Amino acid sequence: MIKLQDICRFFKVGDETVHALDKVTLDISRGDYISIMGASGSGKSTLLNMLGLLDMPNSGSYQFEGKELTTLSEEKRATFRRENVGFIFQSFHLIPRLTAAGNLELPLMLMGMAPKERHTKVKDALANIGLADRANHLPKQLSGGQQQRVAIARAMILKPPLLLADEPTGNLDTHSGNDVIKILEELNASGITLIVVTHDLELGERATRKIKMLDGKIIEDVTSEKPI
Amino acid sequence: MRITDYSLLALSSLKYSRLRTYLTALGIAVGIAAVVLLTALGGGAQHYMMGQFSQFGANIISVAPGKTTTAGISGAILSNVRPLTIEDAESLHRLPNIITSVPAIQGNLPIERGNRTRWTSVLGINHEVPDTWAMEVGQGRFLPNEPAEQARNFVVIGDTIRRELFPYTKPLGEFLRIGGERYRVIGVMKKKGQVLGLDMDDIVYIPVYRALSLYNRDSLMEIDLRYTEGYDEAQIINNIKQRLIERHGSEDFTITSQDDIIGTLGSILGILTAVVAGLGSISLLVGGVGIFTIMSIAVNERIKEIGLLRALGASRRQVTLLFLFEAAVLSGLGGIFGMLSGFGIAWLLHYVIPALPINIQWDYVIMAEIIAIVTGMIAGLVPARRAAVMEPVDALRSE
Repeated sequence: MIKLQDICRFFKVGDETVHALDKVTLDISRGDYISIMGASGSGKSTLLNMLGLLDMPNSGSYQFEGKELTTLSEEKRATFRRENVGFIFQSFHLIPRLTAAGNLELPLMLMGMAPKERHTKVKDALANIGLADRANHLPKQLSGGQQQRVAIARAMILKPPLLLADEPTGNLDTHSGNDVIKILEELNASGITLIVVTHDLELGERATRKIKMLDGKIIEDVTSEKPI
Repeated sequence: MRITDYSLLALSSLKYSRLRTYLTALGIAVGIAAVVLLTALGGGAQHYMMGQFSQFGANIISVAPGKTTTAGISGAILSNVRPLTIEDAESLHRLPNIITSVPAIQGNLPIERGNRTRWTSVLGINHEVPDTWAMEVGQGRFLPNEPAEQARNFVVIGDTIRRELFPYTKPLGEFLRIGGERYRVIGVMKKKGQVLGLDMDDIVYIPVYRALSLYNRDSLMEIDLRYTEGYDEAQIINNIKQRLIERHGSEDFTITSQDDIIGTLGSILGILTAVVAGLGSISLLVGGVGIFTIMSIAVNERIKEIGLLRALGASRRQVTLLFLFEAAVLSGLGGIFGMLSGFGIAWLLHYVIPALPINIQWDYVIMAEIIAIVTGMIAGLVPARRAAVMEPVDALRSE
C-alpha cells in the first residue's frame, strides 16, 4: 500500500542541520497494525507526518498504491489527506466552538456534502462511538476519553484506508486510554491500516509490527507472527 | 465547500467571542450610521433649499441696478448708475420670448384699517406677478393691467394680512391706508407659507408706480422676466443685456438667472453631501482597521485549528475563504446594525425636531454598505492569507 524509499527530511536549526529522517525506507501493507517507538527527537512524529502528507521530504520517494506523492501540489495533497488519511492527535484538536456533532461534520463540510446527508452520517458516527446523547455538547463539556473518541470518529467519518495516531492515549487516564485503544484496534480489525506513534511501551507492544527509531533511522522492525 | 457552510462556520466563531465581535462590528456600525445620518441631513438640506427656491417659479431672469464689480473711483462721488425704470421693464417685455416682465420695488410701511395698524412688506409690482412667480390669487383678482402712471389705488393682500386686519369681515372691496394713502382691496393671495424663513403671506401688493412715489425713489429694485420654456437662456440674457446697454449707455446693471442660482446651489449642496459622506467614511476606515486587528488576533489564536483543518483536508483556498467570510460577516453585520441605527436616529431627529429637513440618501447608504463589506474583506485578506500559507505541521505543533 505504502512504499517509502530513502526518505530524508532535515531542518536547519541555527548553523546545524538536524536529520529528522535519514534515508528511511519502509513498506506498509494494507491492514497493518504498526507502532513506531523511539526517544524524543528520534524522528517518529516526522515520519508519521510524512506518511500523512502533512510534511514533505527533502529527498526520497513516497508511493501510495503505486502513485508517487512527493510531486503533488499542496492543494492535491490536501485532497489526498481528506480522502485517504485520518489523523488522531495527543491533544485531540477538537474545535472548541463547535459541538461534538459540529466537529464531526467538518470534513464533510470541507468536501461540500449536503447538510441532510451530513446529518445522517454524523448521527451514525456518534452512535458508533457511544456518544449519541452528547451530540450537542461542546468539547469542554466532554471528558478526555470522550473527546478522543469524537476525534477518532471525525478522522474516520470519510472512511479513509489509513489511520495515523500520534500518542493517542498520551493525555488520557488508563481507563479511557484502554477504551480508545479498543476502538482503534476494532477499526484495524475491519481492515484499516493503523499506525501509532507512542512512548508507551505497553501500547507499542500491542501492535503486530513494531518499529523502533533512533536519530532519524529505523533501527528495529519486528513483525510478530501472531496478533494479540 | 458550500457558501452557507462558510457563513455558518464564520458565525459560529463570531458567536464564540461575542463581546469582541460586538465591539469590532460597532466600529463599522458607527461609520455606517455616520454616513447614513450625515448624508440624510445633507440631502435634506439640499432638498429643502431647492424646494424653497423653486417656489419662486422657473425660467426667471432678474435684472438689478448696479454692477457688481470693483471700480477705481467710489460710486458715491461719480455715480454713473442709471436708475432701472418702469420703461426699462416695458422695453424688455418687448424682447423675443419674454412672456412677462415684473418691475419690482419693496419696502416696509404701516398698513391701517380702522384702529388696527400693521407694519408689513409692501411690494410694488404689476399685473404679471401671478404669471411670473408661481403665486395664485385666492379671492377676488390680482392688480388690473393698466398703464403704470394711471394705475388706480388697488391692493392685493396676503393671507396673514387678511387674518390680522380682516378677522371677521370679508376684505374684498374694503379700504386700507398704506403709508397714508387709501387703497381698495381687490384680491387676497392664496396661502403660501414660509419660504426661506420669510412669511410669504405677510405681504401686500400695490401698483409699482404708486410704490415708487410712496418710497420716494426713482429706481426699481429689480425687474423679473420670465421667458418661454425651452429657449436658450444664454441667448435671452444676451438680448436683455444688449437692450439695456442701448438704453443706459453702459452696463450698469446685473443679470442673474433663477436656473443659475438653483443650479449653483444644487451643486454646492451636492458637494456638501459628498464631503459629509467622506467624513463618515473616515470612521468606516477606522472600523476597517479594527477588523484587521481582530482578524490578525483571530488567526494567531487559531493557528492550531488551521493546522487541524489542513490535516482534515482543507485547501489553502478554503482556509483563506473561511477567514475572509468571517471578516465579511463581521463588517456586514456591523453595516446592517449601523444602517438600522442611522435610520433610527434620523427618525428620532425628525420626531424631536420636525422642522429639520431629513432625506435618506439611498445611493450613499448602499454605497456605504458595499464599502463596509469590501473594507472588511480587504482588512481580512492579509490575516487570511497568512493563515493559508502556514505549513500544516508547524501550525499543528504551535503552542
